[in-house]
Amino acid sequence: MNDRPAKSEVALFVTCLADAIRPSTAFAAARLIEACGFRVHVPDAQTCCGQPAFNSGDTATARALAERFVEAFEPYAYVVAPSGSCMGMLKTHLPHLFADDPAWLERHAALAERCYELSSFLADVADFTPEGRYAGRVTYHHGCSALRELGVRTQPERLITALSGLSYMPLAHPEACCGFGGTFCVKYADISTAIADEKVDDILATGAKTLIGGDLGCLFNIQGRLHRRGADMEVLHLAELLAGSTDTRPAEASGS
Amino acid sequence: MTITYTSDHFKEQAHQALGEPNLQRALDRTTTLLQARRARAYAEFEEFESTRDAASRIKDHVLRHLDHYLERFETAATAAGCKVHWARTADEACAIVVDLCKAARAQTVTRVKSMLGEEIGLPEALDGAGLERVETDLAEHINQLAGDRPSHIVIPALHKTREEVSELFREAHGHGRRIEEVAELVQSARLALREKYFKADVGISGANFLIADTGSVCTVTNEGNAELTMELPRVHIVTAGIEKLVPSMDHAAVLLRVLARSALGMEITQYTTFLTGPRRPGDRDGPEEMHIVLVDAGRTELLADELAPILKCIRCAACINHCPVYGQIGGHAYGGIYQGPMGSVLTPMAASLAKAKDLPHACTLNGRCVDVCPVKIPLTDLIRTLRERIWQQQLTDRPTRWGLGLWGQVVRRPALYRLASRISARALRVWARGKPMIKRLPLDGAWTKSRDFPTPEPGGTFMERYRRGER
Repeated sequence: MNDRPAKSEVALFVTCLADAIRPSTAFAAARLIEACGFRVHVPDAQTCCGQPAFNSGDTATARALAERFVEAFEPYAYVVAPSGSCMGMLKTHLPHLFADDPAWLERHAALAERCYELSSFLADVADFTPEGRYAGRVTYHHGCSALRELGVRTQPERLITALSGLSYMPLAHPEACCGFGGTFCVKYADISTAIADEKVDDILATGAKTLIGGDLGCLFNIQGRLHRRGADMEVLHLAELLAGSTDTRPAEASGS
Repeated sequence: MTITYTSDHFKEQAHQALGEPNLQRALDRTTTLLQARRARAYAEFEEFESTRDAASRIKDHVLRHLDHYLERFETAATAAGCKVHWARTADEACAIVVDLCKAARAQTVTRVKSMLGEEIGLPEALDGAGLERVETDLAEHINQLAGDRPSHIVIPALHKTREEVSELFREAHGHGRRIEEVAELVQSARLALREKYFKADVGISGANFLIADTGSVCTVTNEGNAELTMELPRVHIVTAGIEKLVPSMDHAAVLLRVLARSALGMEITQYTTFLTGPRRPGDRDGPEEMHIVLVDAGRTELLADELAPILKCIRCAACINHCPVYGQIGGHAYGGIYQGPMGSVLTPMAASLAKAKDLPHACTLNGRCVDVCPVKIPLTDLIRTLRERIWQQQLTDRPTRWGLGLWGQVVRRPALYRLASRISARALRVWARGKPMIKRLPLDGAWTKSRDFPTPEPGGTFMERYRRGER
């Protein structure tokens, strides 16, 4: 393919949660990708992956966002998002929205094969080996979309255990959902909380002092429940752990 | 008989279920165990994935050629001496069964649990016709005594703890003892049921598979009550959904290999019975008459629908056992006959989308149900399809519609979206008053009723900081 973009150009899909609530995650992701020798671009035209609309049945809005995504990101060699959930949507669900439109389907298919969730991009494409050090016991929560839609299973643990000084304590039930589920967590808040409680129990039982995850949606849900239950635990996105940016923690770093 | 659905009270029912300690204990005990058992069965059966593929293809094939296999089955079953009846609706099916009971001058009928029977309201119809109905499954016996519906398609009394069962049996079995041992509880039920098997005029069962080329009915059970129900009475009636067909014994064998493993983590159930026709001259046992009622009840319509893959379901309950929502609320909260992911697809079709609109939404879309389904039903896709219909038919509640509508306008405009993100992040920081976690969110308190929310980082959104040159 002649019009294939230069191999080194990576577009970062920031995700709305990283953008508004936790920019550290997106900065860490960008630094990691650059550390692997790629050039990071942050297309201005990006907004949301469309899941709130798609999962609520509003396919018209989801389709409009799907077209916007393809247009904005097809100039780049790779698209990387620090979220299995958003990337699951962009990579695996968009074809449902383009089902009646072969031209868009084809454009999407060409783009989808260059789309990666961050940990799989780092481990599978960039062949990244983290060199940092993190002292303490950590555990990892697998987001369901990363696990089951994208098949991201071993990459996060491979990256985490490459860091020195850390002991990795896996969850007893790594396949279990945390109860976030997008709009589910507010529509059925009490069911969502009951599910989150089981996840929190599993996390606390590991004896880890730090929870790592690849999805801010899950992490906010678990962290929110941990904090409400009075558990003292650090919660980090995998990108933050790997980039060593664990010193920039939300709000605590400086006042408002 | 048309059954009553209470799926429109899902939220209240779920809330209530979350607060029932006995139910919570029962759910914790059972779902964890079933997940572990299925995982072990999966690990020990090397061909699980390829058998799953084959099972899925068999069901796809049968659904594509259902007309062919139905006729074939009718011919073979008739040749074996059965009488085949066709029922378009649940009411028609119940009427056929009740008429057959009347024709047999039946007073007592024994019944082995079948989900189709529950679906068409057969227990209610039999009661309404003045027949003494005896549920012979241990769990259904418990449910009959308690006046409960099944809360799980394979373990119908999953919602009852051992202690509650002991209490029920103490009075109903007339011995007045508080039994603690499970084996003794089983014995208590066995004694109570035994005489009924011999008294029954008609035995009613379902079918796990209908074998098209032999006209056989296959049942898969664990307790032995099915055989006593199907073989002892003078008349045996089978009610089965038309989707239960398989081309041959060989095909049934493939499905049997995944059924018990998916359901209970067993290689095979205690009893796998193939019945071909009533008692023949020279046979030592078996019923004099065998009737098979083939029930449509919406299935033909479903076949032409986008949701058709749900007809592949073999009622193993693996999706239910692995559903985090079911694991918290149990089966009754769903307000229908079927529960969990498969129930959230079937109930809206049976009860009406308006009545059951909560069910497809009460799902985290975590996808584990799809992973464990032995016939590869894309449950989350079907659930999303239902959500799409709920949205299109404007059944979504107004605040959600308006909220999403407004959000939809913003996210289509990147500049406006960036502005909205900046404003929200700042507003939240002001609201947080310097604390790292927010105890109560403005506008919608649903999140912060039970969870804190992280305060946005200082300095603005990623997009504005990145544009300012920060790296």
